[in-house]
Amino acid sequence: MLPFLFRRTLGALVILFLLTTFTFFVFFAAGDPAQMSCGKNCTADNIALIHQNLGLDKPITTQYWDFLVGIFTGRNFSVGHCPAPCFGYSFATKQQVWATLLDRLPTTASLAIGGAVVFLTVGLATGLLAAWKRGTFVDKTFTSVSMVLSSAQIYILGPIVMGIFVYSGLLESPRYVDFTSGPAAWGAGLLIPWLVMATIFTAQYTRMSRSTMVEQLQEEHVRTAKAKGMSGRYVFLRYAWRGSLIPIVTILGMDLGSLFGGAMITEYTFQLAGLGRLAITSVTTLDLPMILGVLIFSSALILLFNIIVDATYAFIDPRVRLS
Amino acid sequence: MFQENSARGHFAMTSPSQTAVSKTDTPGLGPDGLSKGKDRKGGELVGRSPGQLMWTRFKRDRTGVFCACVILAFLLIAALAPVISMLYGKDATTLYGSNDANLLDEFGYPTGPNGGMSGSHWFGIEPQLGRDVFMQLVYGIRTSLGISVAVTLLTVLTGTVIGITAGYLGGRTDFWLSRVIDFLLAFPSQLTFVAFMPVVVALFVPPGEETPTYVRVLSLIIVQWALGWMGLSRLLRGQVLSLREREFVEAARITGASQWRIIRKELLPNVVTPILVQSTYMLPLFVTAEAGLSYLGVGIMEPTPDWGRMFQNAARYYENDPTYLLFPGAAMVIFVLCFNLLGDSVRDAFDPKSGR
Repeated sequence: MLPFLFRRTLGALVILFLLTTFTFFVFFAAGDPAQMSCGKNCTADNIALIHQNLGLDKPITTQYWDFLVGIFTGRNFSVGHCPAPCFGYSFATKQQVWATLLDRLPTTASLAIGGAVVFLTVGLATGLLAAWKRGTFVDKTFTSVSMVLSSAQIYILGPIVMGIFVYSGLLESPRYVDFTSGPAAWGAGLLIPWLVMATIFTAQYTRMSRSTMVEQLQEEHVRTAKAKGMSGRYVFLRYAWRGSLIPIVTILGMDLGSLFGGAMITEYTFQLAGLGRLAITSVTTLDLPMILGVLIFSSALILLFNIIVDATYAFIDPRVRLS
Repeated sequence: MFQENSARGHFAMTSPSQTAVSKTDTPGLGPDGLSKGKDRKGGELVGRSPGQLMWTRFKRDRTGVFCACVILAFLLIAALAPVISMLYGKDATTLYGSNDANLLDEFGYPTGPNGGMSGSHWFGIEPQLGRDVFMQLVYGIRTSLGISVAVTLLTVLTGTVIGITAGYLGGRTDFWLSRVIDFLLAFPSQLTFVAFMPVVVALFVPPGEETPTYVRVLSLIIVQWALGWMGLSRLLRGQVLSLREREFVEAARITGASQWRIIRKELLPNVVTPILVQSTYMLPLFVTAEAGLSYLGVGIMEPTPDWGRMFQNAARYYENDPTYLLFPGAAMVIFVLCFNLLGDSVRDAFDPKSGR
């Protein structure tokens, strides 16, 4: 297990390094980075300041080296010191990139975790039920409802749900309250985003868990177990379900990774200040250091979740442990 | 060596072209007909190509045919938007609200019931600006579908070429192409679309200047294309990798077919199915991605009508004018739903074993 994890982590770091390099060179080779980092309402003084701080008069390789070293040792800008994991300084918001990222992460993480709990429980439950009652009315209803819901979009459902619950005065507008300052307020504030986001995902998980379950029920080990006289329910839950988890864990890992990297549309729809909103704001204000920071940070989270998924396989499927 | 090979291949290419592959009803009689993988026997029996079999099966699937018609209607609406505008007598950009003071109230919301729906404005009036919602939607669909179709075509083309190249050539080429695919797959796609939009735009227009619409359209296409092709490539690479070792390919190679001929006549017909199925799943994804980008305010800008940006407006106006969301929303759900159902039908028609 450990050598495997070590190898995967090393591979992920290589990819992260390449991704950072690629993004850095593309960003800083296209147009004038000073102009682009400065935002839309830019003064000549600001551009001069950025030139001096980013060291744009130096060759681009030196700039990149400074950026990389800065991540590990910190950097000194004329606007102030940037401590150890230094991903740069945003001239549009006048904030350290790393501090802003850490500030936005809890919102995004809460959104992802809560949403995942909802869509995983509902999605798996309905999917299993549909597979258990295959061909019946229940199955057909679940299948067609999930087909329609998975075609809906967050930006369509969002306003409708807001109309039903918020504009009518039933619930308060979604907002992020820190978990430590009250779990109840935290949950109440994020309830609507969770439900809307989960609706789209739930439909996909219903469809997927149903189809993998139906596939598993035709496998030989399931047939053998049935032939040995085990009860239908036992075989269903202990034999077939375990096998059907592998593809679901794969997709879940990918979904969680991208959700932790910022659920852009959900955050934008409900005005939550998470990583996704940060990315959009920095793109619309052309805040280059911040965009670079968000992109690297989110990619790192996705790679991290990929490793977690691979490690989880080993727990679910003993055959994986050998290889 | 290579010269001789390709010359012989050219000779082989000409003779079976009338008899071979999938389109004729009578089986190929030429000597090259024997080297075909899907060669058919049976003198009097009417031979059917896989394409024809697929078509017969597809025609029997009522859901699939219905969905195909709906999608065709969407494509027609997009293509014929100017004609519709002419017949309907209105366009997407005129501010009807400021021409006729009775249409909007003092807060800028439609005065009529149901968002101002009437005989002259079928889908109502847009709040604030007072444009015609029906025309906005028709032209919005035109913009979104135009971009998505372009992205899909480019993606499928790139994915096919790279996938087949990697799978067929194998070895070092395969290794490096696969590493490129792995690398690009590591990018968080949606976030990268958003992040790279200003960079790609900056390649065409210096920052600070007004960006023309065609540059934004082009940038949207480039950004989605650059990160869209890897899935199909990886899939085709795997398939070609195993097809390459099959007897009919070996037979073609021994009879002296050129590499180009083997790829075009032996391998390509065998991977048409995944290409078609994947592209029917891909197109709605690109439509929603494009709409998502415009919704987030980084795609198509005013005054160009766009499907996704209508949702941005709809969310803003929803509290006071919920009807505005109705038509773009319903159209989007129907479109995506039909495409997903069509994708399933196409898959079933090509591969009857994959029962649901």
